[in-house]
Amino acid sequence: MLNQPPFPDPLTTAEQWRAQGRGVAIATVIETWGSAPRPVGSHLVIDAAGNFEGSVSGGCVEGAVIGEAAEVIASGSARILDFGVADETAWRVGLSCGGRIRVYVERLG
Amino acid sequence: MLLGYLQKLNAARESRRAAVTVTELDTGRSTLFLEGDTTDETVASAVESALRTGKSGIVEIGDRKVFVNVYLPPPRIIVIGAVHISQALAGMAAIAGFDLTIIDPRSAFATPERFGETRLVAEWPEDALKDTPLDAYTALAAVTHDPKIDDFPLKAALEAGCFYVGALGSRKTHSARVERLVRLGVDENAIARIHAPIGLDIRASSPAEIAVAILADIIQALRTRDVNTGQRGVE
Repeated sequence: MLNQPPFPDPLTTAEQWRAQGRGVAIATVIETWGSAPRPVGSHLVIDAAGNFEGSVSGGCVEGAVIGEAAEVIASGSARILDFGVADETAWRVGLSCGGRIRVYVERLG
Repeated sequence: MLLGYLQKLNAARESRRAAVTVTELDTGRSTLFLEGDTTDETVASAVESALRTGKSGIVEIGDRKVFVNVYLPPPRIIVIGAVHISQALAGMAAIAGFDLTIIDPRSAFATPERFGETRLVAEWPEDALKDTPLDAYTALAAVTHDPKIDDFPLKAALEAGCFYVGALGSRKTHSARVERLVRLGVDENAIARIHAPIGLDIRASSPAEIAVAILADIIQALRTRDVNTGQRGVE
């Protein structure tokens, strides 16, 4: 592809990783409320070793998503994660911007 | 999601074909729709709406909630002129996710040595634009300063409804350009759409700084366009 960005495209990376036999999870922002750093549809892809490409926030919740992704890769069951300032008791991380996001994490089979 | 499914989606994105995925969040079952394909009746309106607006989100279909994700091809930038500014703009546009092509009939300017991997067309715009038609998803920046090269594509870009039309040159240069375009029969309201002097006013001075100003101007036009007119964006 000409004019390819100088950093990898997450979904292309996920395809390459899976073709190499790695366990891969795809995280997607499915809903946002208020001020959210990445729009609905944004992807973060993660492999079983914790390598990742892309983003679902401005770096605020990626660590937690990567942790959940390991379990999704192991179990094969997709899950939905909620992040926001109101969820501080449930999650050690949150969005300092005050918004809320919902992230769908699924295994690439 | 299965690998074969992702491969189909990535192949569509690579070939600049708009795609929509519809995912049942409770079962994880996902269906891929490509622009131009016939769509299953139950999801047709959700898919069409996503393609038109470029907006992804949760949609209720009957009593089911599904997640609709739309993948639109990146907007194009056509640069008329393989000049110093264009060298800087080519790299920056790639970083920002635009699909950029440079057209310049002066083969001494349009050389791979100066532009590396950037798509270059060393032809007159009149010929080059036959193969790469302008449309509402395209920005055109004319930066040669040469009316013989710039005027035709500027007129063509206004007629095609490009989401951004910009022309390099001082106010004085531009007022002469306006007179020429009027003589060519271009409507004055259309001429008023030309961004000239080109670029956001950040007092840019060097070629690279001017490229920043042009790219910022294009991004502003892209992000403030009216989605209801059918113009599409990037994600």
